[in-house]
This record gives sequence, C-alpha cells and structure tokens, in this order.
Amino acid sequence: MATVLDTIEFNEEGFMTDPNAWTKEIAEVIAKGEGIENLAENHWIIIDFCRKTGEETGKAPTLRQITTGTGISTKELFALYPKGPAKKVAKISGLGKPEGCV
Amino acid sequence: MTEKKNRHIAFICSKGDLDMAYPALIMGWAALGNGVDVTIFFTFWGLDMITKDRCNKLEMAPVSKTSMKMKMMGLPTGNLGIPNILGIIPGMTAFTSWFLKKEMKKLGVPPIKEYIEMLSDGGAKLYGCKMTVDMFNIKKEDFLPQVNDVVTASDFIDMTEGAEIVFI
Repeated sequence: MATVLDTIEFNEEGFMTDPNAWTKEIAEVIAKGEGIENLAENHWIIIDFCRKTGEETGKAPTLRQITTGTGISTKELFALYPKGPAKKVAKISGLGKPEGCV
Repeated sequence: MTEKKNRHIAFICSKGDLDMAYPALIMGWAALGNGVDVTIFFTFWGLDMITKDRCNKLEMAPVSKTSMKMKMMGLPTGNLGIPNILGIIPGMTAFTSWFLKKEMKKLGVPPIKEYIEMLSDGGAKLYGCKMTVDMFNIKKEDFLPQVNDVVTASDFIDMTEGAEIVFI
C-alpha cells in the first residue's frame, strides 16, 4: 500500500533525514506509527513549536524548551506523547534527535 | 502476544552536594524522555534533594573538587586547581556553589526543586529512605509533595526487580 512515507528517507533510528520534506500529512502518519491515533490541538501546538525551533536552530527542541516555549505542562506533554515524548515529538515533527539534555 | 517489560532505571541518590545532585536528575529526565521507567531512592544526604527547605540550598565545597580548575572562572592559570587552603576561607563554598548554579542556568538547567517537579510530572517515582528519615528525625511533611512515599531498603529492592540500578 502506497503511503506518503514512501518517498521519505529515514535514518536508522527512525528520524527523517530531510526536515524540509516534512508535511502535516507525514506527521499524522508517523504519529500513528508511534501509537498516537489522532493529533489534537495541543499536539499541533507542540509540533508547530518544534518546527519553528527546527527552522530557527536546525535542531529539535528539548522537552524543557517545549514546555517553557508552549506553556504546555510537563504532565500534559507526557500525556499527549506517552512513553518517550523526546524522541516521539522530534520524529513526528520531522526533525533529528534532540541534542540537549534538559 | 506477550507484553515486553518496559526498561526501568532506578537511581540511588546518596549525596547532598550540588554537583552530585544533578546526575540522577539529568539521567532520569533523559530516561523519561526516551520512554524508560524511572525510580529514584533518596538516602542519607541525598534526602536534601527532596527536603523542602534544603533542596534549593545545596552547595558544592571547592575542597576535594580536584577537577575544578581556576581557569573555569576565566583565570589564565592552566591546570592549577583551587588551592585547598583557599577553600577554607569563609564564603568560598558559597562562591563555588553560586558559580556552578550560574553555569547551569546558562544551559537552561532548572534548580533542583523544579527538576524534582518535572521528573514527578513525567512519571518518575520518588522515595525517601526510611532508615535515614528515622535517623535524622525527618518528617514526611518536610519533603516536597512530589515524594511518593518513605520506604525501606527492602521495599526499594522489591520495587526495582529487573531494573538497572545506578548508585550516586
């Protein structure tokens, strides 16, 4: 079955290699693969923040940068992206693995 | 399909020095971010990290910190450490603690109390050591509200079956 991911390249850890190839449809498909069936409004607030940070710095933001930058609490961030939000959010946003530690 | 048991890392925090408080918090936070379960057991001086009126007052004395070189403060002193004799001057511990906090802040590292809140919100389980609590006459209400319980060493061993254990 053809999907929007067919033409997209991923590295061995599952992160997109070209952030510019990212689209919202791709995000939705990757999210499903990560166990998130529907991306709600607050999911998108986080993704938009990550995309903006990615464009400005070339890097995926850390979890703390996400919570301070979006005003979404740590609790909600972990509820929206359960079991490993750091990698999940970066993957869904089409960015590389976050490099910061906090 | 059998469910695979999630990876679980348990940290034992036994130190109350500012520089020794951070490793478990940083590693624990990284673990939560990667979907790993985290349990932290605070014992002996490590209890300072979860004690309301101590957690943001942790310090680092320059004496014995052999890796702390004066060049970190921008002095052209190469590999020269802070002479231990200077370390005993009143205010030196406050100075080195202030310096470390300043450098951490530059990297966006939160203070201990906020870190404990983040870890708890991210799902980490935090426990105080019963024996130390009894020994130092600490009460449960002295601890930050994020502390799940005060438990015995045996309880900790039970609840961390199969976990990777890191002693700090």
